[in-house]
Amino acid sequence: MKRWPSYIPGAVLLFAVLPGIAGAASRFPPPDFESGHQLPTATTPAPDASWYAILDVAVLIAALGVASYLILARRSRRGVIGVTIFAIIYFGFWREGCVCPIGSVQNVSLALFDRGYVLPLIVGAFFLIPIIFTFLFGRTFCAAVCPLGAIQDLVATSPVRVPMWLETPLSLLRHIYLAAAVLFAATGSAFIICEYDPFIAIFRLSGRFNMVLLGVAMLLLGMIVVRPYCRYFCPYGVILGWISRASTWHARIDPQQCVNCHLCKDTCPVNAIRVPTVEPIPPAERGADRRRFVLTAAALPLIVALGAGIGYLLVEPMSRMDVAVRLADRLHAEQAGVFTDLTDQTKAFRATGSPIADAYDRAATVTWRYRIGTPIAGAFVALAFGMTWLQLARRTRRAEYDIDRAWCVACARCFRYCPHDPRNVEMLNELTAAGQMPAAAPGTS
Amino acid sequence: MPDDTPHSTRRDFLTGWVRGSALLGTGALAGVLSGRSQATETVWQIDPDKCIQCHRCATECVLTESAVKCVHAFAMCGYCDLCTGYFEPRPNELNTGAENQLCPTGALQRSFIEDPYYQYTIDDKKCIGCSRCVAGCAAFGNGSLFLQIRHDRCVNCNECSIAMACPSEAISRVPAETPYKLKRVNET
Repeated sequence: MKRWPSYIPGAVLLFAVLPGIAGAASRFPPPDFESGHQLPTATTPAPDASWYAILDVAVLIAALGVASYLILARRSRRGVIGVTIFAIIYFGFWREGCVCPIGSVQNVSLALFDRGYVLPLIVGAFFLIPIIFTFLFGRTFCAAVCPLGAIQDLVATSPVRVPMWLETPLSLLRHIYLAAAVLFAATGSAFIICEYDPFIAIFRLSGRFNMVLLGVAMLLLGMIVVRPYCRYFCPYGVILGWISRASTWHARIDPQQCVNCHLCKDTCPVNAIRVPTVEPIPPAERGADRRRFVLTAAALPLIVALGAGIGYLLVEPMSRMDVAVRLADRLHAEQAGVFTDLTDQTKAFRATGSPIADAYDRAATVTWRYRIGTPIAGAFVALAFGMTWLQLARRTRRAEYDIDRAWCVACARCFRYCPHDPRNVEMLNELTAAGQMPAAAPGTS
Repeated sequence: MPDDTPHSTRRDFLTGWVRGSALLGTGALAGVLSGRSQATETVWQIDPDKCIQCHRCATECVLTESAVKCVHAFAMCGYCDLCTGYFEPRPNELNTGAENQLCPTGALQRSFIEDPYYQYTIDDKKCIGCSRCVAGCAAFGNGSLFLQIRHDRCVNCNECSIAMACPSEAISRVPAETPYKLKRVNET
């Protein structure tokens, strides 16, 4: 028989009137059981063992090594696809996309600007190892090891060529994304790269509807525009692009051997192969060219200053990204009587009993960081735009086909199309020996 | 080509500079970072004393079934017959019918121990971390029910999306050796 205890009305009253008094311990003292009932204990499943982190770093190094070997020594597209599938399975579906070097940019920024933040060693390793490999071999990380790049590369079934007038401005979006990501991470506000990782929902087979939608849309777009995330959004790709320019053993087109057949350029899905300029620049136009270049270069500081100015104007809206600033804004409005109701945030803050001035102080500290950071971010974006403009203002005299090392993602598609690829030369020699081809053209080895 | 040689020399010079500065920059960055890093792993956890039971844990996690679940500190529990974490505040009749239970998924289970004590256990598989029982227990009980991030489910995101939405900043990183912030019996 269930009985209504006599304290019900009191309980209901307490429940209705005094919900604020929480945390008072043991209103009902724990019983001493006469039946000798043993209390169960709550289960506490342990997190992943720490050797997982070491394994991840080891797998990252191994995958980068294998990918670099397959790309540069074996020139094997098929091998790259193999590593690609491995990366999707291991770093994507098995490790569920975390930690990834792209996101590590934010941890590194936070560690650089916030002395209170301790960078986990594994995150630092994930940031630096691909950079070291890029320094040696070019963006082999992007080619096959990055799970985001890998999944996009696999769906690229019918690529179209994006015209350069569209490619160049779109690729500048990456710089905006990088600047914003570093700004929000360094101020301790948010990790937007992680928040808007388009493929994480696919790797985890779980996620919010719009993120799944974004991932699927990106993959569908990736069928015709190869690697849209890498080319137009990836902030880590910007850094790897800089490093790749200085890489030691990047794949290159040998001007001595190049027969100017443009097959590699036609194969390249990311517009990374530059075409030689056929016409020499007429001497009469050289003066005007130089003037335009010098003028653009002189305008560069102005552009950077303009960017910093725009950044300064954006301090207010940008700082709203931070929870502390939003809380202080809301508290201020509540104190001024703009709102009569409290949000969960302000309710929780008021419940702590700390003075409202504390919230204002915290917000002021954050805003101060934004006041410094946003103009720098603006200047950085402006510098990226300015440098691109400067490059466009300069009419390059390029005598031979050339790989743009910053844009090349080392996907190894072009190798097989080069008439001088060892496999093609060998095939040609065999065909010639069998009498099915006329003697090799001069210059072939 | 006549101007080929000076052209490539200039390029070599530039490449050398770029390479040198890239190496220097990477080295300097690695140096600074190694000073700021440490090997201890950290994981996300909820501080039950800061939690205000806003229900966001159930919905904000990147996993569709949240990594946050309710944990019961049995030693703190009063084993009440009328558990405000288990029953609706105003049940029609005191029975274990679904219409009287606070838990939307039936994860909080009640079993008779001895008169008049009942034990409340949580079925992890059913719990969605909505904190209704936690709120009920905190409001009128001993506060023995509380939310924790379960590390068999948590994928340890770089940035916890629940932490971003948490109104009371109850979620922070803790060392992986002590991955839980369990409630204990108050020694007073």
